[in-house]
Amino acid sequence: MSLKRNILDLRKRKSEVLKGGGEKAIEKQVAMGKLTARERILYILDEGSFHEYDMFVEHVARDFDMDKMKLHGDGVIIGTGTINGSPVCIFAQDFTVAGGSLGLMHARKITKIMDHSLKMRVPLIGINDSGGARIQEGVNSLAGYGEIFFRNTLASGVIPQISVILGPCAGGAVYSPALTDFVFVVNNISKMFITGPGVIKTVLGEEISMEDLGGAKVHAEVTGNAHFYAESEQECFDQIKKLVSYIPWNNEQKAERIAPAEPKSKKKIENIVPADPKMPYDIRDIIKSITDNSDFFEIMEMFAPNVVIGFGRMEGETVGFVANQPKVLAGVLDCDSSDKAARFIRYCDAFNIPIITLEDLPGYLPGADQEHAGVIRHGAKILYAYSEATVAKITVIIRKAYGGGYIAMNSRHLRADFVFAWPTAEIAVMGPEGAANIVFRKEIAEAEDPEAMRQLKIQEYKDKFANPYVAASKGYIDEVIEPEDTRKMLLHALKVSANKSISGPRKKHGIPPF
Amino acid sequence: MQEEEKYETIIVHSAVYKTEYTTKYRNRVKWEKPDENQLFSFIPGTIIDVFVKPGDVLKEGDPLLILEAMKMHNVVQMPFDGKIATVNVKTGDKIPKGSLMIEIAAKK
Repeated sequence: MSLKRNILDLRKRKSEVLKGGGEKAIEKQVAMGKLTARERILYILDEGSFHEYDMFVEHVARDFDMDKMKLHGDGVIIGTGTINGSPVCIFAQDFTVAGGSLGLMHARKITKIMDHSLKMRVPLIGINDSGGARIQEGVNSLAGYGEIFFRNTLASGVIPQISVILGPCAGGAVYSPALTDFVFVVNNISKMFITGPGVIKTVLGEEISMEDLGGAKVHAEVTGNAHFYAESEQECFDQIKKLVSYIPWNNEQKAERIAPAEPKSKKKIENIVPADPKMPYDIRDIIKSITDNSDFFEIMEMFAPNVVIGFGRMEGETVGFVANQPKVLAGVLDCDSSDKAARFIRYCDAFNIPIITLEDLPGYLPGADQEHAGVIRHGAKILYAYSEATVAKITVIIRKAYGGGYIAMNSRHLRADFVFAWPTAEIAVMGPEGAANIVFRKEIAEAEDPEAMRQLKIQEYKDKFANPYVAASKGYIDEVIEPEDTRKMLLHALKVSANKSISGPRKKHGIPPF
Repeated sequence: MQEEEKYETIIVHSAVYKTEYTTKYRNRVKWEKPDENQLFSFIPGTIIDVFVKPGDVLKEGDPLLILEAMKMHNVVQMPFDGKIATVNVKTGDKIPKGSLMIEIAAKK
């Protein structure tokens, strides 16, 4: 007796499952401009590296005629593979099978691969394309979501977790991506919301399209739920591969080091920055004149662009950049930019990525809307995140470092390891205009020509305090450096910090101002 | 200096910075002092019943109307003693959050 028959039988069974939801459903998926779940996985992973598990899992629901249905793989594909040779765990919901709806076994497949990724200490990638809970499975599908959320939280800060929204992701389903580190969205394809347009219309009488409510752009620009925005699925997958190249497999390792390279940018660094501290420039030009190959992989590019965050490499090693952006809103800190920076600082800290802070800000954004939106609570997150971080923390003060902004942007007082300042740095309690108005209020009011006196006093203050030397005289900054030496100084600081070791008081965990 | 003209300005501590705005910043809601005589819906919903008409003189706590929202009947009450100036809703109206329902005559 040969085994041929058994092998042929296995192949037949597998080819059945590979059909997913069948030709018609796949046609529909393609018509929506979407790839199938399997195509997506194959695109993201290295060629030939994907291995699928639980292909033959079937749903267990018996009510509502569910026993007569055949749902291949119960609407989700799980497995392992590699990206640029690094192992990852992956799952992809298959919208062609019962709308990718989440039932008990569907959820069990996802939690199985999540447990696997946590145990193996490798990144997890989840592709979401699902109509939501499978109503026929009732409370079992709710249980499924809860089990997923719990594992997201358990794995948080241990392994990188990446969520890709490639279809609807509504109701409770949105909270798994929200708990993960990076969320990717694609224009016209991704939809995320708690309550859909239909319900909003009947209950609230507000008419809003799905795209305006929770489309890719909304989440990339307004809500801050998405970290990466792409025009196509392929572009999105290339972003994922790039991200994976910058981050370590888990919290006990460092990101893979690649061959060092000098910056490509030909711009002289000191020509990028206008001497007038009130004039804007693009801080990303500074970052690119510092990093290897002038590469900068920006995160949350469209959300709160008054602070810039992202990864670059210094002599082949990944570093995280947090930088004020004078080009947008003068680079002020506000609710959104504080949230954005704080979360990124905590990410870098959790995954052993040194943080380089480039500082040039006039302070926090004034306004009743900001105060009422809780800028105190949100702004506190950035203080918390920097203070708590134990990775190498290096600050370069380019121009303005005023008031609360100076303290918040990784100052010496929050235990920065190195603080460098350009000779253009102004480290002061506030800008000369504001300070002169307060300190010399009486002189200005009583002067014959108050405006002339005001200008005189502003100049006086500027000459005395708008420089790095007052702070340098107190040791709050370590060295005033020439702009051209910035990369050299950073490389040296990173080298010295390589074995940094500090520990705080023992505690279960802190209570950050979420 | 044409370059300068395309920038917006932000003022922090009396200093005027040249910069760009974000859409979110442009769309921010400017704060206005609320007028206590204007009663706005605090939640979107349906008007189930209206008990008052313009000219009615009422005491604090008197019921004005019922606003049904999220399956709850909310009785909107008179916030203080006064006279109704206008009633902008009628039974059956579906109203969004923040719509002006009733105005109380300003105290002399």
